[in-house]
Amino acid sequence: MQHATLPHPVPTPLSQPFWDGCRRRQITLQRCDDCGRFRFYPCEACPYCRSRDCTWTEIDARGTVYSWIIVRRSVDAVWQARAPYIAGIIELDIQKGLLIPAIVIDCPVDSVRAGMPVEVTFEQTDASTVVPRWRPVS
Amino acid sequence: MNPKPMAAIAGIGWTEYSRKSGRTVEALALEACWNAINDAGLDAADIDGLVSYSLGDSVTTAVIATDLALPQLNHFADFAAGGNMACGAVLQAAMAVATGQASHVLVYRALNGASGVRYGGAEFSRLLAEHGVHSDSEPQFLDTAGITMPAQHFALLCRRHMIKHGTTNRDLAAVAMTCRQHAIDNPRAMMRKPMTESDYDKSPWIAEPFHVVDCCLQSDGACALLITSPERARDLAKPPVSILAGILGASPSNRGAMWGNFSPDHAECYGRYLGDRLFRQAGIERADLSFAQIYDCFTYSVIGQMEGFGLIEPGEAGDFFRSGHGSIGGRLPINTAGGLLSEAYIHGLNHVVEATSQLRGEAGKRQIRDAELGLVTAGGATSTGSALILGR
Ligand SMILES: [Zn+2]
Repeated sequence: MQHATLPHPVPTPLSQPFWDGCRRRQITLQRCDDCGRFRFYPCEACPYCRSRDCTWTEIDARGTVYSWIIVRRSVDAVWQARAPYIAGIIELDIQKGLLIPAIVIDCPVDSVRAGMPVEVTFEQTDASTVVPRWRPVS
Repeated sequence: MNPKPMAAIAGIGWTEYSRKSGRTVEALALEACWNAINDAGLDAADIDGLVSYSLGDSVTTAVIATDLALPQLNHFADFAAGGNMACGAVLQAAMAVATGQASHVLVYRALNGASGVRYGGAEFSRLLAEHGVHSDSEPQFLDTAGITMPAQHFALLCRRHMIKHGTTNRDLAAVAMTCRQHAIDNPRAMMRKPMTESDYDKSPWIAEPFHVVDCCLQSDGACALLITSPERARDLAKPPVSILAGILGASPSNRGAMWGNFSPDHAECYGRYLGDRLFRQAGIERADLSFAQIYDCFTYSVIGQMEGFGLIEPGEAGDFFRSGHGSIGGRLPINTAGGLLSEAYIHGLNHVVEATSQLRGEAGKRQIRDAELGLVTAGGATSTGSALILGR
């Protein structure tokens, strides 16, 4: 039987620095050279000031739970095998409204709450892939 | 004081809605189109425009133009889009008629959404990406975070509404039960067994806060509408239904088809930005509506859009439905055929068909007395969508 693996990202030239950062166990985001704001997902222009100039910058990856769901049933077998799990959206502390999709681990599924503080950790899902995970700040 | 309608609906058609049609989407599309042509009392040779939308799970307008042996196709549009285009496709046809591009335009949506490509199924992200609905960013960041199904995206939006406005599963249940109640009197609805609150609670969790019954059906079937000028419609077989106004647009920073990561407020939807213009264009007030058909891919979608279009205040939806205001006979009946939750999921076009039936007085046991004006929306309380105001 073939071992089911979690989906791995298909980086583009635009997103490659983010995934390279994950392999260094860092969250790395684009920061606008003109208005100074961070953005995510990676974009070719700043959604706040339209500038096309930015610098990839490592951040202090802490945040709070902005939204979450408890996945109990998935049609994707590889995710069903992990169910129940908490999938959510983290609002990063460095900038209000800066959001990143996330899996919250090390947390009983029924105890996650809006605004719960979390910090990044990383999971190596295959030989070449490291993805961010988020866990409650103890 | 209504402005002149931009166009009229002169014919409607649909197929049986089922879980296993055993037929091609081409056959389904053709049956619905022929039914709409016949309903209007036209000949196939009169058709000179075709509009449809799909995510690669339907047949293109070129196929239908060939199957109908159209002498000439003066206007067509094949949108790669989700249900947010249902009213937009009708608006496209209306604009084509109003600007003289075409005289008789069929709008159709056909799918084997249960026995063929399932939108609730695995690899939905890939489907969106392949058809250019997702950018290349969304799948890599959502799929790797275990967010792969539409129900999960919409449950994340619903949770934001719960956090901001205190919405609960009791409120979602009230939406589901209202839609089901209406489906009971709809012979073509797929789900006609009454739903109690206990039935709702017993439905398995899929992505909390959503149970399975918070999610729309998956259906095989097709719908079609025939759009022509108001003048021409008056000469045809059925009472014309006027297209008074339409919108197809988005909130700011609408990147992302369902969970939009740049949206300024995930408890709001496109209706907040476009609703006022829609009612102004139609020359009517919200209180003038006889009914509303609200795109209900999920129970929460009804709540988000009713607020967005200003039909209720934020947080009022549960009481609105529990008090019967959304039921047939209530203040503003919602989803009178049962909606996508209980009639069928024909990607929202079935809502336009039902609105037309109501305004013609052809809705049988679920007919709203003296129905004069109806709102139809298409979009799941996300940042993009479309809507129509139709009148008798
Ligand atoms: Zn900027």
